[in-house]
Amino acid sequence: MTTAFAPLPTTASTSSSVSSATTASIVFAPTPLQAYLLRISDTCLIHAQRLAEWSGHAPILEEDIALTNLALDLVGQARALLTHVGRQAGFDEDQLAFLRDERDFRNVTLAELPGRRAGRDFADAIVRNFLLAAWMNVLWAGLEASSDADIAAIAGKAVKESRYHVAHAADWVVRLGDGTGESARRTRQAVDRLWPYTAELFETDDVDTAAAEAGLGPLRVSLKPGWDAIVVPVFAEAGLSIPATGAFRSTGSRGVHSEHMGYLLAEMQTLQRSFPGGQW
Amino acid sequence: MTAASAHAGSAADRVDAAWRVLHDVLDPEVPAISVTDLGIVRDVIAHGDGLEVVVTPTYSGCPATEVIEQAISDAIAAAGLGPARVTQRRAPAWTTDWITPAGREKLRAYGIAPPGSCASAATGNVSPIRLMARDVDCPRCGSPRTERLSAFGSTACKSLYRCLACREPFEHFKPI
Repeated sequence: MTTAFAPLPTTASTSSSVSSATTASIVFAPTPLQAYLLRISDTCLIHAQRLAEWSGHAPILEEDIALTNLALDLVGQARALLTHVGRQAGFDEDQLAFLRDERDFRNVTLAELPGRRAGRDFADAIVRNFLLAAWMNVLWAGLEASSDADIAAIAGKAVKESRYHVAHAADWVVRLGDGTGESARRTRQAVDRLWPYTAELFETDDVDTAAAEAGLGPLRVSLKPGWDAIVVPVFAEAGLSIPATGAFRSTGSRGVHSEHMGYLLAEMQTLQRSFPGGQW
Repeated sequence: MTAASAHAGSAADRVDAAWRVLHDVLDPEVPAISVTDLGIVRDVIAHGDGLEVVVTPTYSGCPATEVIEQAISDAIAAAGLGPARVTQRRAPAWTTDWITPAGREKLRAYGIAPPGSCASAATGNVSPIRLMARDVDCPRCGSPRTERLSAFGSTACKSLYRCLACREPFEHFKPI
């Protein structure tokens, strides 16, 4: 596949509602209902970006292919949601993905925590993938009943994909947790590193309340029993204990991210930032 | 055939002709089966001088979606049936249960084990471990003695298997 970039700076993307050759960032102040959807789309997108870092680097070829295929599903889910939100706001999916600034991303912090590039263990990728896949699975199932028919339709497809994600990730959690002494030790360490960030997955704020009242989607706190029903038995089979939940609360879903997010966006967005409106 | 000649037919004739054209539009990722074998074409609707082809995407992230849509509108136009617009209908979600019996046979003949049924049945509680399908027969020798090599293969919709009887590796179209 070849890439044809528009020459700078004379050509702006014709599909843009902003002059993208001269406007590097878009400003998008979402309504609470749009923010609710951005939390989901952005979690899919950022999680996919982290999974894709393993392309060419996973310990075995099969897992290299698997992680990037999971990322592909997540990108597709993110695209559907970003297109839907963008249609209401006058932006396209690419503008929302590549031209928003850090504070405008609403993904949960767990999705953006450092991966391979920062020297984190493969166990971190596996455990995070499992914790998020289980959450997405329960969330998509709830969104199938959304009052927004488009969201219900997107969820109807995604929930089936997420079953494969959960199954695959769970298989690996058990393989590592119940594997050798070394794999068990490193998996426990990954759980200890990641667990504090799971509390955010079940917080309730004004955005959740607005979405629940509108029938758009479930309160995050309502996802906890379904998530536990997936996570607890797999952790038990893997020989992993579930850490206590402390007072720490991450805040990515409110737009306040960890120190890792800026680096992630710099890499993910650099092409569109450098060649505004560039197209495949 | 020219666009003008096709436009002489009735709307129903054009729709029938379009379905015949679609039977020969192949899936670019699995060029053994057509878009109608795959069960993604939901409807063909005549509008004035053009046709609308309604498709349901397979996977959310399938990179072939745009290619398939382009191939459909190109084929309709090339057959002189006028401009075709491809629209998406996401609900109900596509399932491998929609692959036709003929499509399954074509997959098997091509060397891809077709998906089992009941893929679209919702599982109330995800049963995460031991997902490996037990009913994947070797598409070459027909033996049920097969094992999964990799959960994912060359595309998101397939996994890799090996036959323990004839030793041939093969792909399996995953039920979803």
